[in-house]
Amino acid sequence: MSNQSNNGEPLIRVSHLKQYFPINTGFFQTKPLKAVDDISFDIMEGETLGLVGESGCGKTTAGRTILHLYKPTGGEVIYRGQPVRTKKDIEDFRKKATMVFQDPYSSLDPRMTVADIIGEPLDVQNLYKTKEERRERILELMDHVGLNSEHAARYAHEFSGGQRQRVGIARALAVNPDFIVCDEPVSALDVSIQAQVINMFDQLQDELGLTYLFIAHDLLVVRHISDRIAVMYLGHVVELAGASEIYERPLHPYTRALISAVPVPDPVRARANQRIPMTGEIPSPLNAPSGCPFHTRCPYAKDSCKEGIPELREIEKGRFVACHRIEEIG
Amino acid sequence: MALLEVRDLHTSFFTDAGEVRAVNGISFNLDRGKVLGIVGESGSGKSVTAYSIMQILASTGKIVSGSIKYDGQELVGADEKTMKNIRGNKISIIFQDPMTSLNPTYTIGKQLMEAILLHTNRNKQEAWDRAVEMLRLVNVNSPEKRMKQYPFEFSGGMRQRVMIAMALACEPDILIADEPTTALDVTIQAGILELMKDIQKEMGMAIIMITHDLGVVAQLCDEVVVMYAGSICEQGTADEIFYNPCHEYTKGLLRSIPTAGNDGQKLEPISGTPIDLLNMPKGCAFAPRCDAAMKICIRESCQRFTINDQHMAACWMNVKKAAEQK
Repeated sequence: MSNQSNNGEPLIRVSHLKQYFPINTGFFQTKPLKAVDDISFDIMEGETLGLVGESGCGKTTAGRTILHLYKPTGGEVIYRGQPVRTKKDIEDFRKKATMVFQDPYSSLDPRMTVADIIGEPLDVQNLYKTKEERRERILELMDHVGLNSEHAARYAHEFSGGQRQRVGIARALAVNPDFIVCDEPVSALDVSIQAQVINMFDQLQDELGLTYLFIAHDLLVVRHISDRIAVMYLGHVVELAGASEIYERPLHPYTRALISAVPVPDPVRARANQRIPMTGEIPSPLNAPSGCPFHTRCPYAKDSCKEGIPELREIEKGRFVACHRIEEIG
Repeated sequence: MALLEVRDLHTSFFTDAGEVRAVNGISFNLDRGKVLGIVGESGSGKSVTAYSIMQILASTGKIVSGSIKYDGQELVGADEKTMKNIRGNKISIIFQDPMTSLNPTYTIGKQLMEAILLHTNRNKQEAWDRAVEMLRLVNVNSPEKRMKQYPFEFSGGMRQRVMIAMALACEPDILIADEPTTALDVTIQAGILELMKDIQKEMGMAIIMITHDLGVVAQLCDEVVVMYAGSICEQGTADEIFYNPCHEYTKGLLRSIPTAGNDGQKLEPISGTPIDLLNMPKGCAFAPRCDAAMKICIRESCQRFTINDQHMAACWMNVKKAAEQK
């Protein structure tokens, strides 16, 4: 059932995870919005798995459901071989798995000092004995993310976007996690600052042996930071492969269209680039098409694609694609 | 004569904390039928430049000095009546966020027709026909039906198409696009950029494309202006800027974006933090963050230095290089 070649046990195994939100459609009537619909993948220790897709594809919900910020509708998350099920499991899991949010402006409490923001997870998880110990840990964390210790008593509004994101990262590191879900951590930052933060993620991974689930829509950034990339469309993972393989030779028709739409910062290549157009717009997840979720927009779709959701299967070593016709379209 | 000539433009915001010099003496030309990209980070003054041209600055903002000439006609100091004739009719603008640029309480059709009725002599029926034609031009499906719908019934990409239709309804000579695709997904963005390119070729208008995304610039622009802290640091054809960058800031920007070329390597970020416009350094604004900064960079800002007839940069490194070659 696992869908990759793996050597050893994965740090995180996501198994048939589902997240449905009930939507009111009328008087006492609800309909499930299938934000995440049966996704499975493994994340190996020390690896960065990129999760890409367009708005509404379920990538953020997937990240939050993995951390059990939302209770999964179905499926489970297995951390170091142990399924996360009970309240106790979840509490223990949260000491090892944390999150960095997209917006460094709204994810930091404006009435708390930087030291208190970083120290809050320490308070919640009772990770210190003396005030002095707490202080030292906070300063150590600030040092890790390249923040000046003099800034500990300042408030978030006194910082630039890049510095705020560093505060958010220090907070995520406070409990000494080994897994961090990074939800669009650089998309609100300017280009020159983005590179600083990306390099910091790399460096922290080397120093602390962290494992990341890196959620983003900027494919060039994801490609740079990830070892492998999973592509989501309408709540499903449609392709999963090594970062440069997926970029150089995308296989799933959706991935092909997505990659060809990325603007390349190189005029000669940009002029030569042939975009693969997609017809129509992304369907609402409330009215997801039957069968293959992509068949309404796929240039290769046939009537047979309307039946049965294609399974994510390994068609080459380490390359997983969910497409009925992948062998035919080549 | 260029279609639009901006000369030594200074725009400031007068805030409680002091004068913020958002645009600090910039000059550029825009020729008919060309696409000019203005690139820069937040606070570099790229949007303020656009708002200055349209004279739609916030109440605290003011054009302090300089000249903006449209087709030979001076716009700085022009009265509101002249500007009303220019805006929408000769120069149009589309904004980043198509969600907030449309009025949620009116139908798409009514909003599209408003611009047409205001600027042309068409009657209601003709304006309606023109609006439908414009929607068809920007590839909105079943335009007659869509005319009667409200903005909430449109997706983000479709709303931006409506904004483009609205901006182009009076066939302006210049379209200013202020980060038109930043809020959109890549596949939607690609569609919008292609649409802009096609319409530009068809209608022969000029575009000023304001963006922070170098990928968008590479795809669309003939010429590029790179801005930092309210000044132009480098200016030239797209190929010159990408393949022969001559300002340390441009070089830094190009090094700090992930591409296929630097895969697996560390990115080389620009160090330091973005500039505080209230506390501008004396010399080159970029000097505090520049690894190659020399003594003169801190003392004095560099004037425009001509690299070749398609390229100029304001960086002392070029002056130094030229002196060494002599």
